[in-house]
Amino acid sequence: MSAKFISIEGITRRFQAPDGGQTTVFEDIWFAIARGEFVCMIGHSGCGKTTVLNILSGLDLPDDGAAIVDGKAIEGPSLDRAVIFQSHALLPWRTVLGNVAYAISSRWPKWSRSQVEEQAKRFIEKVGLKGAEAKKPAQLSGGMKQRVGIARALSIEPKILLMDEPFSALDALTRGTLQDEVRRICLETGQTVFMITHDVDEAIYLADKIVLMTNGPEAMVAEIVENPLPKERDRNQIHRHPAFYAIRNHLIDFLVSRSKTFKSEIPADYDRRKPPVILPQNQPQPLPPSHEAGRKVA
Amino acid sequence: MRQTSLRLRAGIVSLAILLIFGLAWHLAVSGTGPAQQMDPEYAKLMGQTAVQGKSAMPGPLDVLGKIWSHLKEPFYDRGPNDKGIGIQLTYSIGRVLVGYGLAMLVALPLGFLIGMSPLMARALDPFIQIMKPVSPLAWMPLALYTIKDSSISSIFVIFICSLWPMLINTAFGVSSVRKEWLNVARTLEVGPIRRAFTVILPAAAPTIVTGMRISIGIAWLVIVAAEMLVGGTGIGYFVWNEWNNLSITNVITSILVIGLVGMILDQALARVARAVSFPE
Ligand SMILES: Nc1ncnc2c1ncn2[C@@H]1O[C@H](COP(=O)(O)OP(=O)(O)OP(=O)(O)O)[C@@H](O)[C@H]1O
Ligand SMILES: [Mg+2]
Repeated sequence: MSAKFISIEGITRRFQAPDGGQTTVFEDIWFAIARGEFVCMIGHSGCGKTTVLNILSGLDLPDDGAAIVDGKAIEGPSLDRAVIFQSHALLPWRTVLGNVAYAISSRWPKWSRSQVEEQAKRFIEKVGLKGAEAKKPAQLSGGMKQRVGIARALSIEPKILLMDEPFSALDALTRGTLQDEVRRICLETGQTVFMITHDVDEAIYLADKIVLMTNGPEAMVAEIVENPLPKERDRNQIHRHPAFYAIRNHLIDFLVSRSKTFKSEIPADYDRRKPPVILPQNQPQPLPPSHEAGRKVA
Repeated sequence: MRQTSLRLRAGIVSLAILLIFGLAWHLAVSGTGPAQQMDPEYAKLMGQTAVQGKSAMPGPLDVLGKIWSHLKEPFYDRGPNDKGIGIQLTYSIGRVLVGYGLAMLVALPLGFLIGMSPLMARALDPFIQIMKPVSPLAWMPLALYTIKDSSISSIFVIFICSLWPMLINTAFGVSSVRKEWLNVARTLEVGPIRRAFTVILPAAAPTIVTGMRISIGIAWLVIVAAEMLVGGTGIGYFVWNEWNNLSITNVITSILVIGLVGMILDQALARVARAVSFPE
């Protein structure tokens, strides 16, 4: 197993500021993702998460540094990296089958029509949309649209799956089911995944590793948190794991306070090229229930 | 249920309006007794209408009779000044379709280019802005002078007037395709030609067809005027010729026919618009 299937090496991205100058969204960011790993990125709104994902997908290029996949720098979009967009981005004039088939026939232009349709139907069934093949996106609920987006991304059998807050627009119940499905499919196929999320519980349930971004502008990777939970986890049982509250509190603590203050109190041994890797350990004290109430996922 | 009943009631009201209008028209033009105080010279010029005190304006029954006679024999041809209304319409529709088709061949690719390239959009904008408000008939002398054929000149005028709405709408439709759809194509490594046909064209089609619908309406308005100007054949020439013959019945008949054909052309494009529209 290659430890650095994806390697983000010193990427910087600047945008033109309204006043004519430049704002640096983030600078000199380093982290790596191993093959088959599920990595989540957490950070406050505007810190540049989508920009990182766009650079990984090849839709955007860094001003400095490089994103390297399998030893080659990313220079543009590739069918090896499928994107699940936050806004699902389905083509509204195509049916569910048509949307998935469009991706498949782009991936394998020589395939016959029936081959393409067979593959499309297989993945539509995989995300639980059997029977909705002939529907147009406008006839689908938000959760169903997102499922089509997932089917479209998975159907081209990409080496890397990139997801930008794929579930944030969904209700808690649908979100839970979709998380289960994505987790199952990714585990089955050993999919390498990079996913952006705002939701701490989602990150804990899905991720092997969580990248913490400090607030923008000039955001940086504060640390990389290893998920102490076993790879085999059950959404209804994980809160019983002794390390669950340790990681959960660590993440919430980061989002609530340290994401703001990290830059002013950078640890002496901090190295941008090797952000500290943290493995939250057993913590006897769960947060009081009142603190929990607002954050529970159904 | 409610919709059909609304449609039915609207139909009844339409029919009532038609009947009332027809009746008022009939009463307004029917004779009021011999007109005596008329200058005899003038009466001679006016012929029987003056003698019988009948209005020169035909009534609805005259027009209906005329329409019937045209329907019975739409394509007769008795020399250059006496052709059936069907022949004249065929000329006009033919010119419109040729001019419109040529405009499409130019406007769609050019609109694509302008829509995809901000540079071309800016470079061509002044020309479009100046040419667009020019009445297409203003081109007629220039067309006649250079082309020296009245029929082709009318086609050219139709071409010019159909061009702008299609060009502008195509450029706008193409330039405002949602970024996320283009990004889907990019992440799937779709080539430029395939992207143009599978993403940009379907996304811009509703806007493009709206432009085409505006164009066909303008083209049909303009052909009548153009044919009046250059003469020879066509429904516009027919109207003008019948006016010179003082056949008001034929003029009114033509007005109805022009309206009908215009409606059919518009409805045809409305159908296309429905076929390419997509709900979001
Ligand atoms: N094309 C652009 N031009 C100028 N500024 C941009 C552009 N794209 C992003 N930015 C700026 O870069 C910063 C980071 O944007 P980005 O979309 O990556 O944030 P994010 O972390 O994904 O936020 P969110 O969680 O709200 O999605 C923002 O301040 C944004 O204003
Ligand atoms: Mg974002």
